[in-house]
Amino acid sequence: MQEAGRKIQEEIIISGFGGQGALFAGQLLAYAAMDQDLHVTWIPSYGPEMRGGKARCTVVISDEEIGSPLVRRPSAAIVLNIPSMEAFEPAVKPGGVLVVNSSLIPQKSERDDIRVIYVPASDIASDMGNIRLANVVCLGALVQALGVLPLEAIEKALDEHLPERHRELLELNKEALRRGAEYGER
Amino acid sequence: MAKELWEGNAALAEAAIRAGVEAFFGYPITPQTEVLEHFSKRMPELGRVFLQAESEVAAINMVYGAACAGARVMTSSSSPGVSLMQEGFSYIACSEVPAVVTNIMRGGPGLGNVQPAQGDYFQAVKSAGHGDFHMIVLAPANVQELIDLTVLAFDLAEKYRTLAMIVADGSIGQMMEPAEMPPMRPVRPPEERPDWALTGAKGRDPNIITSLYLGAENLERVNLRLQAKLKKIAANEVRWKEYSTEDADLLLVAYGTVGRICQTVVREARRAGMKVGLLRPITLWPFPSKRIAELAEQVRGILTVEMNAGQMVEDVRLAVEGRCTVRFYGRMGGVIPLPDEILPELEKLDAECR
Repeated sequence: MQEAGRKIQEEIIISGFGGQGALFAGQLLAYAAMDQDLHVTWIPSYGPEMRGGKARCTVVISDEEIGSPLVRRPSAAIVLNIPSMEAFEPAVKPGGVLVVNSSLIPQKSERDDIRVIYVPASDIASDMGNIRLANVVCLGALVQALGVLPLEAIEKALDEHLPERHRELLELNKEALRRGAEYGER
Repeated sequence: MAKELWEGNAALAEAAIRAGVEAFFGYPITPQTEVLEHFSKRMPELGRVFLQAESEVAAINMVYGAACAGARVMTSSSSPGVSLMQEGFSYIACSEVPAVVTNIMRGGPGLGNVQPAQGDYFQAVKSAGHGDFHMIVLAPANVQELIDLTVLAFDLAEKYRTLAMIVADGSIGQMMEPAEMPPMRPVRPPEERPDWALTGAKGRDPNIITSLYLGAENLERVNLRLQAKLKKIAANEVRWKEYSTEDADLLLVAYGTVGRICQTVVREARRAGMKVGLLRPITLWPFPSKRIAELAEQVRGILTVEMNAGQMVEDVRLAVEGRCTVRFYGRMGGVIPLPDEILPELEKLDAECR
């Protein structure tokens, strides 16, 4: 996907409520990047955990050895709920990408120096029969918009790493990824 | 073996298993409970010992006992738990039995919090327990290094019959990165126990392992032997990594998580036209003093960055002996310093040393 010689460096924050799958969506990115022989780090914000609490991870993907696994200003972010929108909409670097779960986040970004993609991810996921697919819908939009990883690499990561207890949702996850990807196209 | 995506804590446990650890004794504490979780699953599968002790004090004394019997053994904890183990460290050091311990450091002092920190540098390097001794202290900055240094810790502990400690922090413990595991080493069979080990003394004179030496001259002899060993370790086992130091006229010194963050600082500073290099100590004891002294002749100034109030910077100053300006930047309480706050500190140093 990458033009020869172009440097790859993406810092991606995925943020939502505990239970929305922010951490897992980040792991899918990490597996896919590793599969493409890229350097990658995945780091969660951790602490006392509870369902409904804050859940966030930072994924850095690079074609050179990764120094800092954490960033204050990511090149891209997926925000799954309102507190995440408030925290990371201002943080995305100019020229970056913000994927907004517009089903749960009514407000619009006022930034004109980033690409904002509004995806009614929770609605799409509900229509597909499982609201918990919203994370993967958003991931599809982000991956398509960034263009550093092919969608197939995420599909492969789903094949290999979707937990056993969610196995029957594999095809639905891939469908969710593709539905999201449509929003990421220019 | 191909690279897999490993979480730091699980990688640490698996690396110890691959290194042939026979027994793990520990007590859970965030942010390293996943170490115990991994051991608790894997050790019974392999017919080895996993035991959750009633406290850290018990765990370290179980390690002491197993080490006396000649087993490859380790424990793991985080800052408050490590404090509880310090009496045991001192007994182990005096008894000269090999053992590996890890400290996945969290914010302190006190119960503090569970966020990543480096406030235990003094404890690990200067004050591991009462009496005159040092542990070998290894500080990985990424998951692959965590794996490799875990294996090395066992080898060094046995080579010198000493304690080896791995110090990392919660962010290395919790993060995932592609890494490669070493092949599985077999557990040492009972007939290959070291000849000093307590194995029952059938058909031979009894071995004695103790940390009690009554009589001043008696104990001084033991101390002299320990000091001679530490001198040998200091001469042979210093490890560090350098980045862009060849032409550097400013130097960063940082280890562990903030060490790798400083790699990003070097790249950004170089893009801004500053000739900045990084020395990342891998062994905190023994410390790469000699190399830092050499670089102090080459650079105008050194910035030491830590996740504490300024601990390793004292060893940097001791190494530099006034050859160049040494400054410090740090964050405490579990706050991780990021490149955009370290860079201005470098600029200040640059201006100061013109």
